[in-house]
Amino acid sequence: MRKFLGKRAVASAVSLLLLIVMVFFLSRLTGDPTQLYLPVDASLEAREKFRELHGLNDPLMVQFGRYVVDLAQLDFGDSIRKARPALDVVLEAFKWTLALALITMALVTVAAIVVGSLAAFRVGGLFDRVATFFSLIGASAPDFWIAIVAIVLFSVNLGWLPTSGTGTIWHWILPISVLFIRPFGLILQVVRGAMITALSSAYVKTARAKGVRPRPVIFVHALRNGMLPVITVIGDQAAGMLNGAVVVETIFGFPGVGKLMIDSILQRDFAVVLAAIMVTAIAIFLMNILIDIAYAVLDPRIRY
Amino acid sequence: MADHLLEVRNLSVTFHTVRGPVHAVRNVSWHLDRGEVLAILGESGSGKSVSAAAIMDLIDCPPGEITSGACLFEGRDLLKMGVEERRAINGKRIAMIFQDPLSHLNPVYSVGWQIEETLVIHGTPKAKAQTETLALLAKVGIPDPAGSARKYPHQFSGGQRQRLMIAMALALRPDILIADEPTTALDVTVQAQILALLETLQHETGMGLLLITHDLGVVAEVADRVVVMNAGEIVEQGTAADVYANPQHPYTKRLIGAAPGKGAMAPDRTGKVVPLLEVTGLRKSYGAFAALQDASFTLEEGETVAIVGESGSGKSTLAKCLLRLEEPTGGKAIYKGRDLLALSPVELYAMRRDIQMVFQDPTQSLNPRMSVYDLISEAWVIHPDILPKVRWRARVAELLDQVGLTPEHMHRYPHQFSGGQRQRIAIARALALEPRIIVCDEAVSALDVSIQAQVIDLLDGLRKRLGLSYIFIAHDLPVVRDFADRVIVMQGGRIVEQGSVRQIFEAPREAYTRNLLAASLDPDPAVQAARRKARLTESLTA
Repeated sequence: MRKFLGKRAVASAVSLLLLIVMVFFLSRLTGDPTQLYLPVDASLEAREKFRELHGLNDPLMVQFGRYVVDLAQLDFGDSIRKARPALDVVLEAFKWTLALALITMALVTVAAIVVGSLAAFRVGGLFDRVATFFSLIGASAPDFWIAIVAIVLFSVNLGWLPTSGTGTIWHWILPISVLFIRPFGLILQVVRGAMITALSSAYVKTARAKGVRPRPVIFVHALRNGMLPVITVIGDQAAGMLNGAVVVETIFGFPGVGKLMIDSILQRDFAVVLAAIMVTAIAIFLMNILIDIAYAVLDPRIRY
Repeated sequence: MADHLLEVRNLSVTFHTVRGPVHAVRNVSWHLDRGEVLAILGESGSGKSVSAAAIMDLIDCPPGEITSGACLFEGRDLLKMGVEERRAINGKRIAMIFQDPLSHLNPVYSVGWQIEETLVIHGTPKAKAQTETLALLAKVGIPDPAGSARKYPHQFSGGQRQRLMIAMALALRPDILIADEPTTALDVTVQAQILALLETLQHETGMGLLLITHDLGVVAEVADRVVVMNAGEIVEQGTAADVYANPQHPYTKRLIGAAPGKGAMAPDRTGKVVPLLEVTGLRKSYGAFAALQDASFTLEEGETVAIVGESGSGKSTLAKCLLRLEEPTGGKAIYKGRDLLALSPVELYAMRRDIQMVFQDPTQSLNPRMSVYDLISEAWVIHPDILPKVRWRARVAELLDQVGLTPEHMHRYPHQFSGGQRQRIAIARALALEPRIIVCDEAVSALDVSIQAQVIDLLDGLRKRLGLSYIFIAHDLPVVRDFADRVIVMQGGRIVEQGSVRQIFEAPREAYTRNLLAASLDPDPAVQAARRKARLTESLTA
């Protein structure tokens, strides 16, 4: 296990390095940085001064070396917009995104597993048909549309919930609910499929012959076996959320990393964009390692 | 008051499928008493497991429906009891073990946990359940009970897994144990141990044992009485000895007649010896593990060489190395003056025509999306020089005819055939390349006894007509006895003995061969009774 984690850490570090190289050279490929950073009508002298100041006249490899050395010291440069270190700006926003993702995914996971397992227990029954119907709608509905409808309904017409921002617990309800719907529908389908297989397996027959009650048959004997494919999908969905739920965060004015990234791109605040990419990438690497550990914990046949 | 411990009366079960209702069992009645072993004997699809499933409440309704009958346990009808009442009986009063213990044990829980669970759900306190679990593991012969309890099912051997299932089933000293094909997937020597264990435990507890099996040998070894089922109905019942010695129903007669190991053995081959294939020093290692060591033998033209051995003996590895499905680590296999193991990929491609393979499970080895015509003619797509395309249809029809199917079958798909028919298709596919040698890897093991006999007859006929040679890999000694000219016995990756079929079966030289033969079960209860007596005196004198 320790050896495996070491290997994964090395692999992740290599991937991060490649990511850094890509981000640096891609951003240089987009053209003269002075055109990106300075207003269109900036004078030639101003441009030259800017180049001098930021070392843009040095050879590309020298620039890259300097950039890497700075990164190694966790120095992503300053945010132009906020005039603060970019990393601080990103971490602040990432806290919000992380909280939103954790709460939403926890709710999604519990709900999808319980509903999906019960649906699988009586395939074709009323509960199964209702659950499948709504989960398919949930999995296919676009979240920007749901978000707008939810705002119109609960905030504008009924006036129950605030439309945007943060501050009270009420501000969280709409973003979480809207984010919940799609992964819930998707994961429920996977849980249902995996549980149908698990419940028709031979070891479930043994459990029934032993006299195990239906509930432990589902949630003890079958569920742990059915969880392996489910975990993969949970990880996939959580990764999407950690990248910042761009649409939902923007619509609800939620100060997460997704909204920050969009704003920074629009305002050409590249130091922040880069820092945001690195922070979310590291978060996703860490989550993938957690998923691998979860596999090994759930299934004793998997040993790294 | 109840006459019997368990009595099934006029039970009929129907399964509603998309193709219409299937009457799995019709008007089945039998009974089981304390301390007795009742065997339900039948081939696949006979409905032999259905009444047990009804007793254990394992029939899903729908699609199943119990249309009539009663299952009386101590005089009370199980089918009329509430869910909770039946649950309390399952595992505690009536327990069940199954074929293939690996898939019937939950892979993600430790075996100790699984045995404990049986005790705990029926009211044993946790601490007591833990100590009892260790006692049970020791009783069924699992080494190091405390350490083993923490292990998972995949860490045990097949025989040990069945012992674990038995420990789990017997945890609460049930009145009845239902064993559904408990030894079918096991090696003969392990089968003998498991049957002996079941018998000992039965004597100790006085439980009734219901044994569901397709194997006349198992019936002969342990059953007091036997119920013979065919196509959902009981055709005959009586004591095991009576039914074998004096079968009444034509089906029973056929079944007993088809039992292998009774025919004449092939005479020793005499005259001119033409070696077709000469294997010397064949080796295969996986890392440090030597799966096959120094195997040498010859195969003559028109000869059947059987390779027998238990699982892990290296018999399949040998076949795979000969066909270069696995790359051997060393050795030679001279065929037509060339070393098969040293051929370049291009030469190998041409040589593949001459040596074909028929696998154990035709359901898996035939592509389900290809019609029979496609399956057989694919050989000529790969080797276009064998046959011009205009003649393909006629040749497929001819091959189907040769293996006992009809030309109309060529447009059907594998799932539309029975297991025996599918194996015939696999043989026809092998014949399409006009091979000299066919390697049969457990080719009849998955088939019912009567079907097995037919396929063996087919292979034998093809050998005589086409002059084929077979390498026949099998674990079933009676089949080998009837079919092989020579026998190679393997153990732990080595050939321990080889000789003519007569020499191996009548005068085995090695102790391992003798053990293997002794563990193999004879379908005749009288023969088995004599062997048991001999074993008993042997153990007493020892």
